[in-house]
Amino acid sequence: MTDATVWTIIAALGLGTYLSRFAFLGLIGDRPLPPWLLRHLRYTGVAVLPGLVAPLLVWPEATGGELDPLRLLAAAVALGVGVWRKDVVVAAVAGALVMGLGSWLLA
Amino acid sequence: MGRTPFGRGVAQGLPFLLIMMPFGALFGVVATEAGLSLTQVMVFSSIVIAGASQFAAVQLMVDGVPTAIVVLSALAVNLRMVMYSAALAPHLGPAPAWQRALMAYLLVDQVYALAQSAYDTQTDWAVADKVAYLFGVALPVFPGWVGATYLGAALGARIPESWSLDFAVPLAFIALVGPMLRTRAHVVAAFVSVTVALAFAWIPWNLGLILAALAAMAAGAEMERRA
Repeated sequence: MTDATVWTIIAALGLGTYLSRFAFLGLIGDRPLPPWLLRHLRYTGVAVLPGLVAPLLVWPEATGGELDPLRLLAAAVALGVGVWRKDVVVAAVAGALVMGLGSWLLA
Repeated sequence: MGRTPFGRGVAQGLPFLLIMMPFGALFGVVATEAGLSLTQVMVFSSIVIAGASQFAAVQLMVDGVPTAIVVLSALAVNLRMVMYSAALAPHLGPAPAWQRALMAYLLVDQVYALAQSAYDTQTDWAVADKVAYLFGVALPVFPGWVGATYLGAALGARIPESWSLDFAVPLAFIALVGPMLRTRAHVVAAFVSVTVALAFAWIPWNLGLILAALAAMAAGAEMERRA
């Protein structure tokens, strides 16, 4: 992998990523979007993030793709605490605690 | 702090350093081990600011995949940003063009998720308040991400594997999802997203995720229409 190749990839990825973030925000501006589209867009967060996370959780690279009960438990705790407390950081800390404590006990 | 929308954004963005920093440090370690120079790693994290796609790109570079495929695959991971951009456009569309250009640059997962939740609950905010909140959230998050990348690249593989830093990535996203599950339609959308993403994980270039997102948005919207 030459330096020029690496720089090309970084530049293209930087530009492409910026354009995907700019797409609607920059170009549509305050023109109103149709109600059916807005109804779909209200679910963007819950439609993207769970799908992004599920494969990482079911086939974690760090375990060579083996299902890891501890990771699943920590994830379940983080999700449950998040639903219950409605607080992202409390949820993340709860999940990290379970993961840390579990790794320590199983070590 | 906490009173103005900007102060509130900073206060709510700040704790994200706890989860952004392991993620960024991990990228610094992995990219350095893949053979990228410190300058390349830093520029990468500063202009792309999208962890998942950065990991995907470095992995494919190590595997010796052609340049165009590396870029397209990593961009496919970031297609979700188009949806973020569309979801925030009704709130931020009336803001001045330079502000929208800058906000687009800062629109990472965490910033999007916090902004969307805040806009849904603070219905009395004017456009300027919404803009201020978004910049407030980004203020700690962005330098935290870049700084952590530097630490990871500089400290390298000295971070012990037993810390399971890799778990920071899924954990950060799961923690974001919990508070979003406000209605039955949101729960159904999340469930569809997980199911379709797992069923279509074999599709190359991460397009399974895009399918999952579209199916989940349709499911959520349909539930809402029937309610």
